[in-house]
Amino acid sequence: MSAKTLTGAQILWESLVREGVTVVFGYPGGAILPSYDAMLDYPIRHVLVRHEQGATHMADGYARATGKVGVAIATSGPGATNMVTGIATAMMDSSPIVCITGQVGSALIGSDAFQETDITGITLPITKHNFLVTHADEIAHAIREAFAIAASGRPGPVLVDITKDAQLGTCTFDWEAAAPDLTALARPGHSSGVDPVPLINAAQRPVILAGRGVMLSGAEREVLELAEKARIPVAMTLLGIGGVPATHPLNLGMMGMHGEAWVNHAIQESDLLIALGMRFDDRVTGNLKTYAPNAKKIHVDIDPAEFNKNVTVDAAISGNVKDVVRTWLAQLTDPKREAWLDHIHELKGDSAVRDIQNLPDDGHLYAAHVINDIWHITEGKAIVVTDVGQHQMWEAQYYRHDQPRTLVTSGGLGTMGFALPAAIGAKMGRPDAEVWVVVGDGGFQMTLCELATLVQEELDVKIAVINNGYLGMVRQWQEFFYQRRYAATPISAPDFQKLGDAYGVWSATVTTRGELAGIVEKARKQRGALIDFRVEQEDSVYPMVPAGADLHKMIRRPSPIAETAAD
Amino acid sequence: MHTYAVYVDNKPGVLNRVASLFRRRGFNIESLTVGHTETDGISRMTIVVDTDERGARLVEANLYKLMPVRRVDNITRRPAISRDLAMIKVAAIGDGRTQVMQLADVYRARIVDVSPETLVIEATGTEEKIDSLVEMLRPYKIVEMVRTGRVVMARGSSMTPAKTDRQKRTGALEDAAAGSV
Repeated sequence: MSAKTLTGAQILWESLVREGVTVVFGYPGGAILPSYDAMLDYPIRHVLVRHEQGATHMADGYARATGKVGVAIATSGPGATNMVTGIATAMMDSSPIVCITGQVGSALIGSDAFQETDITGITLPITKHNFLVTHADEIAHAIREAFAIAASGRPGPVLVDITKDAQLGTCTFDWEAAAPDLTALARPGHSSGVDPVPLINAAQRPVILAGRGVMLSGAEREVLELAEKARIPVAMTLLGIGGVPATHPLNLGMMGMHGEAWVNHAIQESDLLIALGMRFDDRVTGNLKTYAPNAKKIHVDIDPAEFNKNVTVDAAISGNVKDVVRTWLAQLTDPKREAWLDHIHELKGDSAVRDIQNLPDDGHLYAAHVINDIWHITEGKAIVVTDVGQHQMWEAQYYRHDQPRTLVTSGGLGTMGFALPAAIGAKMGRPDAEVWVVVGDGGFQMTLCELATLVQEELDVKIAVINNGYLGMVRQWQEFFYQRRYAATPISAPDFQKLGDAYGVWSATVTTRGELAGIVEKARKQRGALIDFRVEQEDSVYPMVPAGADLHKMIRRPSPIAETAAD
Repeated sequence: MHTYAVYVDNKPGVLNRVASLFRRRGFNIESLTVGHTETDGISRMTIVVDTDERGARLVEANLYKLMPVRRVDNITRRPAISRDLAMIKVAAIGDGRTQVMQLADVYRARIVDVSPETLVIEATGTEEKIDSLVEMLRPYKIVEMVRTGRVVMARGSSMTPAKTDRQKRTGALEDAAAGSV
């Protein structure tokens, strides 16, 4: 292609379009205005958010649902700082997004100019990399490199800060010359320890720990084959949900603080942990001193900085899960692990009698029932985007995801307010999918301004507000660990049905389980819907491993449920 | 103590990125020096970190997560030449003046500036040698001192130049797939 002369703003869009971008989430302002003006001439759908935090969560939700890089755009100063929470969220969960911010003119940098802020300085520890671009002829290269960095290795957010004069300046646009130096971006691996395959073949009680890396590397088939061939049960991290079908007999479910008892017991009793694309987060391990004390540990991760960070392992293999597991498959010997699987099956019995789904209906509306019913009604096929808190854990326990990338949730950072904007991003990326938001009344009030975005963009997203009148998870901690001193956890809310109506979203309220199915079915027929589920106010998520406690020492749900409802 | 030679792109803000990493991950920098290398556009940092073996590996792996970092060598256990440069301004009048000059001579340091009340001594050597010289000069009253911190270079031909094969493999296993872009 012959080179042509363009403005920096035009080069920005040329580059984005060539990177395959069709949608961006953003909010205009002074320092980014030249780029917004140029945008009208390119085949880009711009989603106007109501707050820049929403733009980053949307880009994140888009990336998580599709595997593609999501793009958010904002102006300098407050526009850029409003992105910080969303960037940190994407960083913690290895989500590939590119954030573009306008910056004051390069001659003004350092002068405390109007809406000037050092956003590359601010986001330095929460981005995979960032750029300050001060000349038009640097833009194409910065964008190409930003996309390569965001998507490569362990994905993450990249921020490109472009001064106003760089957007206005002109230069020759040469796409080929702007290609990133991929060898310079490649990072070395760092494997160490013993050969993992003999460990696998020798293990009597192995457990696979499947994290988000399974999906990021597209290793769903390989991991399933490993599990089936070697007869190894699989436990999932919160972000690993969907990597292995929830209804598969070898899938134990979620591990960790709110993992089912049999999952955590299996991990504690195991003689080998095979950690695939996960990072031994404290919510997953509990007390490290007593964590899986008799287990050898194999750790596969694309990021060598995760090895021996929290848990000391016997074999650390750097690489993507798909490639590594594939090399193991041919070397697996005939396993005899039925005794181990039978033992785990027995452990499930005790949990079954405590499972809220198996307890007699006491007339109360429980969040766990709401989520389980939505799972049944949507046939487990929806993309569910959650916020953070009790409803998030109930979702992980009771919506059974058989498909990868169908649970979108903020794990590492635990960002309240994530759900609604992230769902808008997910729907933009997967317009064919039924998208449900499951959100608490607290988190929903943090970003509900994006209801207007939903309506303006005519998007079909269903919202289930799990409304208990409390900041429920914090209330639960206060109940368990702070003698029920409910400091600042009772929270009021507007009438969500009226609020939804005011925004122009079809809305309804559900107070009993009997009316649930009918209203959910009605909501499914609308383009966009909001249901206010008035659930039991002081219910708690069980089991619970208190923070820092041994993983096998869980607070269990009392059985029958009537005991808790009465007190 | 672990000593690293770190090759980085010579771009604005790189020092900030490296320093920010150490702060964020809670590693203590004992000393950090930075300067140009034989390759245009590549700077070399010598970083001394107070950490154990496990921490040392995490430092290396985390440094590699910074995009401007080209190569990290932990040269703690390799035969190496280690030098610190100091300039020490000492109050030196009367008899003391001669004694200070003799001390400088013993340490093979040089007098690089003379005024009626002070001498400036330039000394190069291992940190231990400089520490020792400083202790000897202290009784004469050190008016001002500046030290570069440690710079280190491996001995012999084993040390690789700034631009080399970046793939470093350790341990028993081959990488199934090094983090490629």
